[in-house]
Amino acid sequence: MNTTIAYITFRGMLGRRRALLLFFLPAILILLALALRLTGNDTQDDGAAILWTFGLAVLLPLLSLIAGTGVIGPEIDDGQIMYVLTKPISRTSVIVTKYLCAVVLIVAFAVLPLWLAGAIMLGPDSDLPWAFAVGAFLGGLAYCSIFTALAVATRQAVTVGLIYALVWESLLGNFAPGTQTLSVQQWALTVVDRLTSSSTITASVGLPLSAVLLVLVTAAGLALATARLRTLTLASAD
Amino acid sequence: MSTIQIEDVSRWYGNVVAVNGVTMTIGPGVTGLLGPNGAGKSTLIHMMGGFLEPSSGGLSLDGEPIWRNPSVYRHIGLVPERESGYDFLTGEQFIVSMAKLHRLPDPEAAARRAIGRVEMDYAAARTIGTYSKGMKQRIKMASALVHDPAVLLLDEPFNGMDPRQRLQLMDLIRQMAAEGRTILFSSHILEEVERLATHIEVIVAGRHAASGDFRQIRRLMTDRPHVFALRSSDDRALAAAIIADGSARSVRLTEQGLEVETTDFERFTRLVPQLARKAEIRLREVSPADESLESVFSYLVGN
Repeated sequence: MNTTIAYITFRGMLGRRRALLLFFLPAILILLALALRLTGNDTQDDGAAILWTFGLAVLLPLLSLIAGTGVIGPEIDDGQIMYVLTKPISRTSVIVTKYLCAVVLIVAFAVLPLWLAGAIMLGPDSDLPWAFAVGAFLGGLAYCSIFTALAVATRQAVTVGLIYALVWESLLGNFAPGTQTLSVQQWALTVVDRLTSSSTITASVGLPLSAVLLVLVTAAGLALATARLRTLTLASAD
Repeated sequence: MSTIQIEDVSRWYGNVVAVNGVTMTIGPGVTGLLGPNGAGKSTLIHMMGGFLEPSSGGLSLDGEPIWRNPSVYRHIGLVPERESGYDFLTGEQFIVSMAKLHRLPDPEAAARRAIGRVEMDYAAARTIGTYSKGMKQRIKMASALVHDPAVLLLDEPFNGMDPRQRLQLMDLIRQMAAEGRTILFSSHILEEVERLATHIEVIVAGRHAASGDFRQIRRLMTDRPHVFALRSSDDRALAAAIIADGSARSVRLTEQGLEVETTDFERFTRLVPQLARKAEIRLREVSPADESLESVFSYLVGN
């Protein structure tokens, strides 16, 4: 962890227009929760459905995509990463710092809003908000690692990330249940299912497998990102 | 005192060879890396800076390999050509951050020194996004200087600078060379290299074409067949006088005047006025017909 890299990263993420994207989706989720609460539609089923279909399936992957690619992708595209790489700092430290920045961002803009929306809809007594917060956090750890690695490995990181999150996880997950085994969303859902007594959430992947895959994917993403950063070739060198 | 050793280095992208079997040693002082655009200068500098893996051969700094060895950056300062700094930081925040990344004991003081050296104190509180091209170039220079490196690699540092900024930067580079640093800068402009470099490496089409001090390179560039276009009051008489003297390889009479190919640039340019005066011929025009740097370079490669 390098505080200077973190400082530059946060300034870059939050000081520009991109920051609006980070605020936009969580604001919708919380407004939706408030609307349901005020109109009296805040049943256990509706609340859980929104936390799942909007929070876990849309908000979390999209925010992780923005954060995971945003912490390093633009710097590589514009070449400024050179100023970080021409320092006697290990590439592992660069990647770990960038990754932790992304994690902090998704905690602030996905995990906490998810918990807040849940608490608004279901009240403080329900265990669902906490379960979703923990599930989203663990899923976010894996998503951020995948998307950070993508940002280092390819210039089309956002496109590839969107295809994975929307086509593979959401679309194929519905039609071909087999693909759910390889879906961060399902692993996160397994955690939620285990942590709540509510029967509204049913996961399709077992907990041991989910836990192993979450850890493996997170570690593999970080290892890949570090390896690619070590041999990064900037566009201007071509 | 540091030395960069480049040994039989090649770099290709697919089928395209960008740098081809280059061997050179860059020692203390100012070395100019001269070559036309697209010759492979940036590729070579990126390899010296550890940003690009050589396809074959090796590069080292004082015996330490450069590729995949971040510890060499304690001794190297690199000023890339295109990349700007972080537009959203002020000049001072940027340089202080660079000093912190180098883990310098007093980053604020080091940043102030570096900003002072490039004379950017007056704009240090402004964000880099508001800087002119010359100012960006200087703040990049400060970022490369902040840790007082023994080696400085500058990729086309004078691009986009006005004449005054150019002179300032040349002064700065000379000062730093006088302190015993090893400085390499690339340029496609002969005049810049001549004025600043004590040693010149010429690279053309990825090949190491020539090496030496400015006089040697000058001679290499002038000791080649030159074509001059001449117009005078009596072209035929002038042609006869030039042929009789023997400093020309061929003389051609054209509608516009004479076309003379000479093998001895200096002798010929001194001789023509004398010949004309002796034969009482009035010279109207003497102009080199192929003086573009590209033709000079292609001659060097041909040899």
